[in-house]
Order: sequence, then C-alpha cells, then structure tokens
Amino acid sequence: MTTTDHRPGSTGGADVPGPLHGGPDDDYTPQQLAAMDRTELDRLGARYDAVEVLHVDPVPEPGSPLERKAARQVTLWFAIAGLSAVAFLVVYAGSNWFLPDWAWEPGDRNWSALFTPLLGVTMGLSLTAIGIGLVLYVKKLLPHETAVQDKHDGSHFDRVTTGATLVGAWHNSGLPRRKLLGGTLAFMGAALGVMLIAPLGGLIKNPNKGNPLGTTPWADGLRLLRDDGTPVRPGDQVPGSLETVFPAIPGGNSVHHSDAAVMLIRLRPDQMETLVTPAGQEDFGYGDYLAYSKICTHAGCPVSLYEQETSRILCPCHQSQFDVTQGAKPVFGPATRSLPQLPIRVDEEGYFVARSDFREPVGPSFWNMGRLN
Amino acid sequence: MATNTVPAPEQPKTLAGKAALEVDDRIPIAGWLRRTMNKVFPDHWSFLLGEIALYAFVILLLSGTYLTFFFDASMREVVYEGSYAPLRGVDVSAAYDSTLALSFDVRGGLFIRQVHHWAALLFVAAICVHLLRIFFTGAFRRPRETNWFIGVALLVLAMLEGFAGYTLPDDLLSGTGLRIFSAVFLSIPVIGTWVYFTVFGGDFPGELIIGRLYILHVLVIPAIILALIALHLTVLIKQKHTQFPGAGRTEHNVVGNRLFPTFAGKATALFFIVFGVCAALGGLVQINPIWLIGPYNPAQVSSGSQPDWYIGFVDGGSRIMPPWEIELWGYHIPPVLWGALGIPGVMFTVMALYPIIERKLTGDTASHHLLQRPRDVPVRTALGAMALTAYIVLWISGGNDVIAEKFDISLNAMTWFGRIGFILLPPIAYWMTYRICLGLQRHDREVLEHGIETGVIRRLPNGEFIEVHQPLGPVDDHGHGVLSYGGASVPKRMNHVGGARRAIKGFFRPIEDPAEVQRQAEQEARGLEAEEASRELTRSGRPAEGGRPSAGGRPREPRD
Repeated sequence: MTTTDHRPGSTGGADVPGPLHGGPDDDYTPQQLAAMDRTELDRLGARYDAVEVLHVDPVPEPGSPLERKAARQVTLWFAIAGLSAVAFLVVYAGSNWFLPDWAWEPGDRNWSALFTPLLGVTMGLSLTAIGIGLVLYVKKLLPHETAVQDKHDGSHFDRVTTGATLVGAWHNSGLPRRKLLGGTLAFMGAALGVMLIAPLGGLIKNPNKGNPLGTTPWADGLRLLRDDGTPVRPGDQVPGSLETVFPAIPGGNSVHHSDAAVMLIRLRPDQMETLVTPAGQEDFGYGDYLAYSKICTHAGCPVSLYEQETSRILCPCHQSQFDVTQGAKPVFGPATRSLPQLPIRVDEEGYFVARSDFREPVGPSFWNMGRLN
Repeated sequence: MATNTVPAPEQPKTLAGKAALEVDDRIPIAGWLRRTMNKVFPDHWSFLLGEIALYAFVILLLSGTYLTFFFDASMREVVYEGSYAPLRGVDVSAAYDSTLALSFDVRGGLFIRQVHHWAALLFVAAICVHLLRIFFTGAFRRPRETNWFIGVALLVLAMLEGFAGYTLPDDLLSGTGLRIFSAVFLSIPVIGTWVYFTVFGGDFPGELIIGRLYILHVLVIPAIILALIALHLTVLIKQKHTQFPGAGRTEHNVVGNRLFPTFAGKATALFFIVFGVCAALGGLVQINPIWLIGPYNPAQVSSGSQPDWYIGFVDGGSRIMPPWEIELWGYHIPPVLWGALGIPGVMFTVMALYPIIERKLTGDTASHHLLQRPRDVPVRTALGAMALTAYIVLWISGGNDVIAEKFDISLNAMTWFGRIGFILLPPIAYWMTYRICLGLQRHDREVLEHGIETGVIRRLPNGEFIEVHQPLGPVDDHGHGVLSYGGASVPKRMNHVGGARRAIKGFFRPIEDPAEVQRQAEQEARGLEAEEASRELTRSGRPAEGGRPSAGGRPREPRD
C-alpha cells in the first residue's frame, strides 16, 4: 500500500487478499516462489536477512544403522524424562495416600527423610533428560549447517534523516530562542523530581532522640538474670567460667534489647594476679567477678567463645579477640575498642545487680560516638 | 501497483498453514519471525555462561513466586507450634515460623525452597564466570561498553538480591549477617547513625526490616534486574554476538548456527539441564537448614558463621582489616567501613570503569567484534589475574575460621595470611600471568614457523637425530611456515590437524562400515587434506610426502 493508492478498500463480504507489499514481493512473483522447493525458499529468505549457508553436514541416511541408533538414543532420553516426571507425581501425590506420610518425623531412615530427595532425583532426572535428549537430537539427527551473517554498521542515511527530524522539531519548538520558557521547564522538572521522591523522607528516623545508641536497659539495682530467668549469686559459677546474663526486665533476653547481653566472668586466682583494670573501672567488678558487654565493638556480633587458658574472648564473626584480664582490650583482629564493662554489686538478698548502665556506647563504633550525651 | 495485485498467491492447504495465514493476516509477523530465526549465533561453550545466569533467573522467578504463597514477612512474635518437634514452644518471628511451616508443613515446600536457594547461588556464580569470560576475551571493548556497565550493575543487584533473600527467614545465621550490615551502615562517616536508623526504622533490629527486605527482594530489585536483563539482551541482539577469530570470521560477519532450529534447540536443552541440576541439588543437597540454626537472638551466634558464597569476600575484607580506627576531633571512622564498604566499592568502581581505563591506556577506540585470546593481551590478562587473586584471598579469609579448624592451623596465622597475601600475592599473580602469556605467544609463533612436533625422531645420514615437524601450511625455501598468527587457536598436536582418523562408531560392535568412513573422510577434504590439495598451487609447491602420516605419508623436516 502506498500514499498514492486511492481505492476505497473493502466493502464487506468474503476476504479478498490485498495488494502485495513492496520489497521482495516486487522481486519474486507468487509463481516464481511456488516453483521453488522448501530448501530454496529457506535459502532465499536467509539471503534477504544477509545470511549465507556455507556448508551443511548431511544427516545420517534415513534407515541406516547410525540413524536408527541416534533416533533410539533420543527416544530413550525423552522416555526417561516422561517416566521420571510420572515418578515425581507418584512420590508427590502418593505420599500419605498409598505411600507412607511425607510429614516430618524424627530419624533419617523413614519416608519423610526420603521425600524431598526423591522429589529432587525425579524432577532433576526428568528435566536433565529432556536437555540431554534435545542436545542429542540437534547433534545427531539435525543437519549441521555453518552459516555466515553480515554485520551492518549504523547507516549514515538513517543518522542524517533521523537527526534532521529531531533537530527540526527542537528548532520548531522555539526552545532555543525562548530562554525563559526553557529555564522554567528545567526548574519545573527538578522541582517535580524532588517532590515525587520527597515522601520517602517519612523513612528517616532521628537517631539522636533520647540517645538510643548510647544507652542500654541496664540501670542501678537491675538483677543479672540467666537465659532461664534465674538470678546469679556469687559462688554459683566456678572460677574460670563465663555465663551470659540479661537485665531483669521483660524481654531482657530478646530482639527488643539487642545491646543488653552481658558476659559475667569469674576469674581464676592466677588470672586475678595478672588482672589489669583500666583507670576509672577499678571498682566495676565484684571480687573475682567481672561483667562485660557481649556485643562486639567491631560489627556487633555476640562475642561468644571464651578460651580460659589464654583469658581471651573470640568473636566468631571476624575473629576479634579481647583479653578479659586487661579490661577486655582487643588484642587481635579488627576490633578497636575494649568491650564496655558493666559495674556490678550484690544486692541485699545476695544476688548480682548492676550499679548503673554502661559508661560508654555498646557495640560497633560510629561517627559521633564520643559526642553522645 | 496493479502488477503486484494479480495473481493471488497460492493458498495454503494444511491446517497449520491456514492457521499461520490467519495469524499473519491480522498481525504481520512472518517477516520478523524469519529474520529472527535466520539470526546467526556463533558456537562456543563459553558463550553459554551468560545463558546459564539467565536460566537461573527464570528458575528463581518460578520458585520464588511459589514461596511467596506461604511466606509471612513479619517480625511479629509467635510461638512455634508446627510439626518440627524440637522447636515447639520456642518464641520465634512470624517470618521464621512461616519458613519452618513452608519447610515442614507444606508438601514439597522444602524442595522448592532449596531449589530457590541453589538457583540463587548458581545465578551469581554464572554471572561471575560470564563476567570473567567477557573480561579475558576483550568482549567489553567498543561498541559493547554499555552492556559491560549493565552487566556490572546486574552483578551488584544479584548480590544484594541474594543477601535480602537469605535474610528473610530471620534465623540466627542471617540475623547475625544483618547485624554486621547494621554495623556497616553505622560506620558511614557523618550520616552513619541516620542511615542506620532510617534503614531499620529505629535501633537494630526493630520490627520493620524483614518487611522492607521482602518488598525489595520480591518486587523492587527483581523488577530492576528484569529490566536490565531485557536491555542487556536487546543490546546483544542489536550488536550481534562476538566471535573468536577463525576461518572465514571477520569483524563484519558472524559465523555459526542459525537461531532456528540448531541454536534454539541447544539453548532450550541448556535451560532444561540447568533447571534439572537445580532441581537435583534442591532435593538432594540440604541448604540453609534454618531449623538447625535456630531463630535469631542478638545474644547468640554459631561458630563458623558464613554468609552465602558471594558475600564471603566482604566478610573476608572485614576480617583481615587491621584495627585502624581513625579519630578526628572526637569523631570516629571505624575499620569495618574499609573492609565491608571500601573494598567492594573500589572493586566494583574499577570493574565498571575498566573499559574506559583500557581505552585511555591503549588508545584503542576502534569497534571490535572479534574476541582476543587472553594470551594475546598479556597486560589485561595479568591485571585480571591480579584482581582475581586479591578476590580469592579475601574470599578465603571470609572462611578462615573454618580452614583454621579443619586443617588445624592457627586462626591468627590465617588472618595474617590474608593481610599479607592481599598485598603480596596479586603482584606475583600479575608477573606470573604475564610471563605465561608471553610463553604461550612464543609457542604459537614457534609452531607456525616450524610446524607441529610429530614425536617422530629421524636419523639423518650424517648421524644427527632430529624430530620431524609437520608444517601447518605452505613453507618458504628454508622450510619455515609462511602462515602468520591471526589471533585464532593454533593446532599443537597431530590429532588437531587430522593426524588420526575419526573413531568408528559403535559400542560393542561397529555400526558403520570402516571403508565408508574412510571414503567420507576423503570426500570431506577439510583441514589438512584441503590444504594439501591446494598446496600444489602455492609458490613453494612442495607437498608433504604422500599426505598425512596416518595415510602413510611422511612429513618433511625443516632444513634448519
């Protein structure tokens, strides 16, 4: 169809084939095309797409032993794929019907322990077999052709004509001349963009309200509770041991107080001899008991591994090591600050309680850490 | 016009043909379809790596959609009452509870969950190997820089997507990882505490983060990844695939198979194989057993806590970073910033800018469609080996506690290995790779000049022993090959040039006639035989003595 075609077109009734399109339809009449066989038509179309088929390795002759063998192989793999899919369905739907129950139960020699592996084996085999069958099909039963296609760089004609359309529209809009309009458009775009993302400001939370980063729930008189909720009294722990304790408040051992965990350590007599307490923390301990924050000052993991012989506490995340006889000073690894020490005493009933909150922020360092109040 | 309208084209007679005509009458699609099916793709195993990533992503979309039917992205506290007896009565989050329900109370749920996790590991791995292939063969050069940038963005997004995904179950392992991430946010200078509070909606962990990660994981990041993949493939199709140099291959053509049916068949097969491998892994190999790890508790941690493999290098960087905290006027910049943000930041920035850097250094601004063999660009290959070595040192350091335990090595020694190795090993890798590249280059030239070593030792009349060399092509008056190196692989063994006949097919007994195979081989007359047929016409005009060795011919020795 062209712009010079002025016929009115269809008036209803049976469909009449329209005029042929230009291009190849101008070069080849339907009769010429009808006279070609399929291979010729295929190659003709390929040539129009700048593809030349250079070489075709023939397929094995139909009926030859080679061809029969290849066809058998492909058939076998597709059959395996189908049968495995059926096996998957049997395992999936049949469990707890004519097969034992799939639901979890203790032990590893029952059907529930086999259920997921069987699903994996059957589905995996089925899908892989389809893949293998297809590869064999392509490699053994389809002709291998080597084709070459021309690569076209950008067309100069396209660039020039497209550029003319674009620049023409830009010129016609008058924007190069209308400076005020252009400036206003730029301003409008910027303001619109900021307006649209501004509601995300609702995400922002002020970290300086109430000093949440500098405080923990610990306070004077709060008991040190084990994770089962029982209080600790001096003499409960053997020398050289470590116990994790939490403040005696609701949810003291929960995600709501992620900075609260404390390690209560009882030193051995020989550790007491080499004990070095940092200045200002001389009276934080109670006898041979010391309490340190469990939250690593490097990245906030709970430091958990206490090696009694070397008095070191190791953080399993990045291997920072803290020496409990030197005020939990970092002695190896990436941590830079000592674990904060919790000042403790014993209350009237003889249980350990905190004397105050930590004197410094617990956990990883941050920009304005020394300037919190 | 009138000449075109008559006579009417022949009408199809088969049902399929009629249906196709009905469709094309309404939506003219035949031309586009033919152009698509005729598109030629070069054939090389390394071109399939990106496809594996694509198929892994499809598997992720399918399995991930299934998982969303059961997962509850909430940090609401519930008491676990499901079928897994050891955890009954434990306080857990709804996210953890629903992941357990998905694993134990949904038929096949555990299978799909594990398929999803394995496909995620494969997705990032395939992207990384694909990236290495692109890098070492120079496929990122003009005009493909855009696709390189998109690819780097996809890698970063894939890693973030993976991290967000494995954090969702709210188990002890991923919760510990999230806490480390919170420390990384907190370590950012000036705005660290604001970023931290904004991300978590308050102090760690708050009650929002799982829901936020969930929407990022199932909508925002996948949508961006999908859009970028579409763009990546559109650019690829528009630019056509690169190819290795070889017979008949130029900067202006593509030699290979047409999309339909050969390439489409192979690609579909690869999809099914990738899917099958993920399914088998998902059923057979346990991954992320959150019921053994337990729910998140900020006071607990397991030893040997490792992230998924692709985050390992970030962890390693944090581990080997010396305890250097910068303190300025009472403000702190903690070391976790350098290890966890600094190293990946530099790595991805340099990676993204590499095409521009190389263009500036070499002054090569030409368009390239033929790939390079890594040995032919020793500086780039050596730089890549250097970067890879640094990455591997970081990655090993990310698991240094496990290595220390399994091999009974001091943990601190492993940390020092990481610290020293990160500085020392990359330059060594650079030097070694550079030398190896030059050596391989020289060997290529040697074979082109003197021919392939046949292993045949001949004694000359004067008593001297020489090894007979098979020239690859025409030789000059001194017996030296006149072929010059064209960037393609050089055959190094006699079998590469048809020194041996193809094996007769058949397992227990031959299913082909050996004589027929012989006849076919002669008919094909490719490779050396074709060369020999035409050698009579070359200027040296000296064919080898009677064809290839297997046919009783004797290669000639060079005279000097």
